[in-house]
Amino acid sequence: MSQQTFAQLSNGFVYGAMAVLTLAMFAYAAELAFGTRSRVGRGVAALAAQEPRVLVGAEVGAGAPSGDVPVARHLDGDEALRTADPDRQRRADRFGGIAYSLTRLALLLLVLSMICRGLAARRAPWGNMYEFSVASAMVVLLVFVAVARRRPELRYLGTFVVVPVLLTLGAAITFLYVPAGPLVPALKSYWLVIHVAAAIICGGVFSLGGVVTVMYLLQDRWERRGITNSLSRRLPPSDQLDQSAYRLFAFVFPLWTFAIVAGAIWAENAWGRYWNWDPKETWAFITWVVFAGYLHARATAGWSGRKAAVIALLGLSCFIFNYFGVNIWFTGLHSYGGLPNR
Amino acid sequence: MTGGSATGSAELSTQPHEAIRQPGLGPRGFARWAWRQLTSMRVALLLLFLLAVAAVPGSVFPQRGANPGDVLTYLDEHRTLGPWLDRLSMFDVYSAPWFAAIYLLLFISLVGCVLPRSFQHVRAIRSRPPAAPRNLTRFVDHRTFVTDAEPAAVVAAAREALKARWWRVDVTESTVSAEKGYARETGNLLFHIALLFLLVGIAVGALLGTHGSVIVVEGNSFANTLAQYDSFGSGRLAGSDQLPPFSFTLKDFRATYERGGAQDGAPRSFEADLAVRDSPTSQPRLQTVEVNEPLVVAGTKVFLIGHGYAPRITVRDKNGTVVSSTAVPFLPRDGKFTSMGAIKVPDGGPVQFGFRGVFLPTAHLDPVQGGFSTYPAADSPGLLLSLWTGDLGLDTGKPQSVYSLDTSRMKAGPLKSMRVGDVWTLPDGLGSITFDGVSEFASFNIAHDPGKEPAFFAAMTALAGLMLSLFVRRRRLWLRATADGEGRTLVEVAGLAKSEAGGLGRELDELLVRLPAPRPPLPDEEPA
Repeated sequence: MSQQTFAQLSNGFVYGAMAVLTLAMFAYAAELAFGTRSRVGRGVAALAAQEPRVLVGAEVGAGAPSGDVPVARHLDGDEALRTADPDRQRRADRFGGIAYSLTRLALLLLVLSMICRGLAARRAPWGNMYEFSVASAMVVLLVFVAVARRRPELRYLGTFVVVPVLLTLGAAITFLYVPAGPLVPALKSYWLVIHVAAAIICGGVFSLGGVVTVMYLLQDRWERRGITNSLSRRLPPSDQLDQSAYRLFAFVFPLWTFAIVAGAIWAENAWGRYWNWDPKETWAFITWVVFAGYLHARATAGWSGRKAAVIALLGLSCFIFNYFGVNIWFTGLHSYGGLPNR
Repeated sequence: MTGGSATGSAELSTQPHEAIRQPGLGPRGFARWAWRQLTSMRVALLLLFLLAVAAVPGSVFPQRGANPGDVLTYLDEHRTLGPWLDRLSMFDVYSAPWFAAIYLLLFISLVGCVLPRSFQHVRAIRSRPPAAPRNLTRFVDHRTFVTDAEPAAVVAAAREALKARWWRVDVTESTVSAEKGYARETGNLLFHIALLFLLVGIAVGALLGTHGSVIVVEGNSFANTLAQYDSFGSGRLAGSDQLPPFSFTLKDFRATYERGGAQDGAPRSFEADLAVRDSPTSQPRLQTVEVNEPLVVAGTKVFLIGHGYAPRITVRDKNGTVVSSTAVPFLPRDGKFTSMGAIKVPDGGPVQFGFRGVFLPTAHLDPVQGGFSTYPAADSPGLLLSLWTGDLGLDTGKPQSVYSLDTSRMKAGPLKSMRVGDVWTLPDGLGSITFDGVSEFASFNIAHDPGKEPAFFAAMTALAGLMLSLFVRRRRLWLRATADGEGRTLVEVAGLAKSEAGGLGRELDELLVRLPAPRPPLPDEEPA
């Protein structure tokens, strides 16, 4: 096949992924809608809530016996739901399964799109903002699918993962699109593959961590106010969401450190100075410092929980600003965006 | 500190705990109070955020270190605000005293935190794992079973199994205490100490490093002496008279661009062929320098960072005698390489004169819009010159840019657009100017940073430490084997994770497999 054909195929796969994700979004919404509790369900759940909570296996709580053990609260709620209205529940489950399968299909399409893009341009397919966005969307879906496979209760985050991914892809294909082609000489380096790939993975995991953090803040608020709704019942309890978000951020922080160090090595090799305080570098540094603050906050009494979550969201905002804001408003050495000059 | 006191401890400082003393009374008390404040996690957090906020203006305002020209332009455009921003070091944010104050306080806080923690950690490594608590079944992660083996055999088997898996083990007759994952705190401390060394590496580079830039036209040479640099900066302790004596000649420069399509004119490759001499006496060697592929010579790196055009100009006086014949570099202003420059003729005419020039590699001369370039390659070069006569201002002692003409004491003359080969006979007996052709120039950054290797190793160590501190789990495990007097042994095993993340249950199960087999329950017994 010619490079032209691959380029067209790649675009086709992105549009396909967007269509599939749109369907997935409706399926996730339907799952939540059908998961609404019937009157009987509410009664049974109320009964279940009065019973002492049962620890489900040793795997759930790894904490000390001092009482900071996360209790699998949602499980008895879910159990109640299942016994209360099995038919409705089965339908919700079916939609959930469909949504998850569609998400995996979209992931596959994005992977194919990136492969075709790489074949069309004959290089690593992350050389400009369009490709970076598509790759980040792919990473978000990949990490979400991997996490949801291990912890099925996190599948309920689906809607809140799929919507930002759809928006990212939409923005990529409408505002950021550039045809597949070779790179400017400044980007011709194997460090592009290493440094930018690390940054893309970080972008994906930071974003997913952000989604989990927002869900944590909501769930925490609902728990404190005693509010239950169809989402709060399905989401894991707030402490588990907090833990999941922490694991994502703790995984990605060293990778972000690596991305910055790799960038510094590349900079030394291309410009003669490993750190130039270029706007891109400055904001990468700010993002790093804010997430370092997040990790410290979690270890500081009075700062863990909601305050730490807000810091994490601040860090994510810095990352996003570094991606969009710095590329669009600031001029610097990192002008790789491929955006049309204005 | 990352991940430190996740379980239980509400202590903010990592200082060894002391009775709280009231501050006040005397400078010692105040110093102690200030030190405890500075080394507390809360203040470290505050300083981290201050550092993040303080870094922001450097991305908003132009910085002298990176773009001194942009700073001048900014000051020119903001006559009232500019000087105030300058007084607040907004154009030198990263060398500003207030920025230094924040990161130095942060590093002092870090030292105050890391030192006591290192001592604590060494003590923890040298001490034994804590004795088994009385009631092991209280723990969330616990297992019990009954076996026919002797308690001593169970303890010995557990000891072997745990040692094989790198646990630190301490045994009594009937109990086993084990702990694992000290690397978490080791990594944590390593990370923070490595950051200190990173700062040292950066400081070494700033004090001993040199960096400069130079523009070299094809056919010309550069020798690594201070006088030949267009701009040069060096650290306070760097001897600028001791530059390594290499030199190079730019034999050829080649640039290629995309032709046609959506990315028409986008650069595709830059190559500079250099004849390099490591010392004035050595034989030249040929090397091609590209973007991302610098020349390394005598511990110094030469980077190709830009390029442009230098029209070859010959000026003759009214008798036809050559006054000057050189390639004059013009600075590119856009992606199509519309370039600006100046030609100065101080001698050889009745008055001083000069030209302001615009060079267009692919010239499109429009009677209304003037001239502009439609492609970056020199496909059909054109030169637009405007003549100025009067005082060039070269004798005022004020430094002048070679790329622009100070016309404050000059009179505008006629304009002329020229193609290669054109001769323009100047009015008033000034002579003539010939556009002979076009050379290319390459601009190079030449940098020597003795701190980059230390900084690199510090960064790698920090990264390794960070991964240990985030991915290693610290956990404890206990086993108690009690004989029941009837030849059976009750075995209890429990685990406790000291840091976040679970997975202890699986470890307990793996241990059980390596212990003496459980006694099969008799028909009349309850299963264990």
